[in-house]
Amino acid sequence: MAAEAKLRTCSVTGLQVHLPAQKLIMTNAVTAVVFLLIGTVMAILIALTRWPAVHLLNQEFFYRFVTAHGLNMLIFWIIFFEIAGLYFGATILLNARLAKPRVAWACFVLMLLGAALADIMVFTGNADVMFTSYPPLQAHPLYYLGILIFAVGALLACLLFFATLVLAKQEGKYDGALPLVTFGLACAAIIAVWSLAHGALTYVPALLWSVGLMKNIDPAMYRLTYWGIGHGAQQINLVAMIAIWYLLGTLTVGSKVPSQKLSRIAFFLYLPFINLGAIHHLLVDPGLHSPFRIFNTSYAMYLAVVGSMIHAFSIPAGVEIAQRAKGFTTGLFQWLRKAPWGTPGFSSLALSFVIFGFIGGTTGVIQGSEQLNMLAHNTLRIPGHFHTTVVAGTTLAFMGIAYYIIQLVGQRKLIWEKLAKFQPYIFSIGVVIMAVGMLSAGSMGVPRRHWDVTFADANLPVSLGERIYGALGMVGIGGIIAFVGALIFILLAVGSLLKGEKIA
Amino acid sequence: MSISAPERIWWRPLAKEEKIWVIVALCWAIFMFIFMIAWHGAGRQNNPSTTYRITPAVFAQEANDFIAKYKVGEDKGRAIVAPPAGGDAYLISRLWSFDPILVLKKGERYRLHLSSLDLQHGLSIQPMNLNLQILPGYDFVVNITPTEAGEFSLICNEYCGIGHHKMVGKIIVKE
Repeated sequence: MAAEAKLRTCSVTGLQVHLPAQKLIMTNAVTAVVFLLIGTVMAILIALTRWPAVHLLNQEFFYRFVTAHGLNMLIFWIIFFEIAGLYFGATILLNARLAKPRVAWACFVLMLLGAALADIMVFTGNADVMFTSYPPLQAHPLYYLGILIFAVGALLACLLFFATLVLAKQEGKYDGALPLVTFGLACAAIIAVWSLAHGALTYVPALLWSVGLMKNIDPAMYRLTYWGIGHGAQQINLVAMIAIWYLLGTLTVGSKVPSQKLSRIAFFLYLPFINLGAIHHLLVDPGLHSPFRIFNTSYAMYLAVVGSMIHAFSIPAGVEIAQRAKGFTTGLFQWLRKAPWGTPGFSSLALSFVIFGFIGGTTGVIQGSEQLNMLAHNTLRIPGHFHTTVVAGTTLAFMGIAYYIIQLVGQRKLIWEKLAKFQPYIFSIGVVIMAVGMLSAGSMGVPRRHWDVTFADANLPVSLGERIYGALGMVGIGGIIAFVGALIFILLAVGSLLKGEKIA
Repeated sequence: MSISAPERIWWRPLAKEEKIWVIVALCWAIFMFIFMIAWHGAGRQNNPSTTYRITPAVFAQEANDFIAKYKVGEDKGRAIVAPPAGGDAYLISRLWSFDPILVLKKGERYRLHLSSLDLQHGLSIQPMNLNLQILPGYDFVVNITPTEAGEFSLICNEYCGIGHHKMVGKIIVKE
């Protein structure tokens, strides 16, 4: 059969790799890294502008680059990488073939075209509207069109992922339940469909409005549907990251999940409940009443948070069980001390898990409670929260798995393995310093997306106090360290794929 | 292993540690949920939830009438307005200022009307760091009682174009 001829057997894992899927995984992942590079360059320029001692960019470029940073990082880098992850979970982990590689290529082309169009609009100054593009602030129609084209591509890719699962079942590649990682990725894909539908509800009217076919957009309604995609997309990241955590646990120490039942319930809890939390962006908006705010911002009585708490138990427990089975049984923590801290896959897992859980998740739940949100809304506390979730959490976990993808799917050895050992530490230390700086500055009133917090040009004197400068210095210094960490990753990834020794 | 299909029967009962963990997490979740509701009774600061639809033109008219009626002075061209204690007060948000400068009395309650005449803005009252979203087309009514005297800065914390960083205002609270 033709389909059989397109398979190779992985020499490390013994898994069957469908070659067209392999090519798609690598193409999507490499494209993701290119967007990561764009976002990273923007990141350092922004961080150095928010550090008042440097104040690098002029205001026009600052706001333009903040828009570009959000778009390239939160959407393009992460979703391209997630699509690679979905293809990986549906094919390699199931020993299966990808349902329609040609459709997958069409998805890729759509996503790339959409991303390029939106980026061109942003960098040519036609969309200085921030990642949120809140109306009545208006961008060029092609900006909204670009995002819509990208979203259609991503939506089709999710549907292709489901089709591949069905095909694998029909071909008898798995029987009964999916592997946990694929199950988690399937949950992420379901949330992606939900979020992308909100993307359509948001950007189709915005496009019609920008070309003059719709007279008016209600700003409150826009915010409601926008955050369906704006935060929904972050929930895709959360769920995909947790699936990757389980995968990294297995690949690095052979982690054994204590209860498949509990972990699966935890993933399931995200489906009905996690997206309710998107309403925390609207807690201080006009037009909503308290019962609506409370029910939604608590993810229906924090049931989605209970899901996260279950993963917080199961993932380290899985590592502990595996390590103890290897004989590391002395005392309470020998299993942890003897963990492979020099393997970038493991250190990424551990750091991403700890930073996400202890800083990212907690700040999220705190700032998302109805009343406390008044103290955090639109201050630098918000970026402080999400840089520990989506950067030190999701991005770091994706970097960790990328080291495996380069070797197992890309079939190349890492160049500079020693540097790879340090990369997760450098990156996460930088992000933590930066995020703590942001959280403290924000709690002193420093707004997010703001070019000059000294208010030198304002016609009334405003001072947020002297202490903000220490916190903003942390943002700058942490930003530089994180920038170095990200750059090392990009160099390692691209360098290994181009120059790394081939693995047969 | 999380990358291979689970063994046939993967829905075994949970171990004791897992059960305890889940129950503790669940109880904490319910506690936090109830506390968020209880704070409406116990706490003195809650998110305002009175809103009216209004057009920017009508809001501008009402606010300008208010300013003309209660104006007590000027600071660099900005009106200084002292609304009656217990009454309505208006704050206009527009590119790029908050107007007028309000003079309030400590311990008195005001119905503060917030709306924008153009883009979305963010009202951030410093140094107590209270932040509210302001949308055009919506008259957001905040019941506010100043508890300390002094001068408070207003800064915009929703991006509103190139002069965003210049958008400030002031509230003066007198004893």
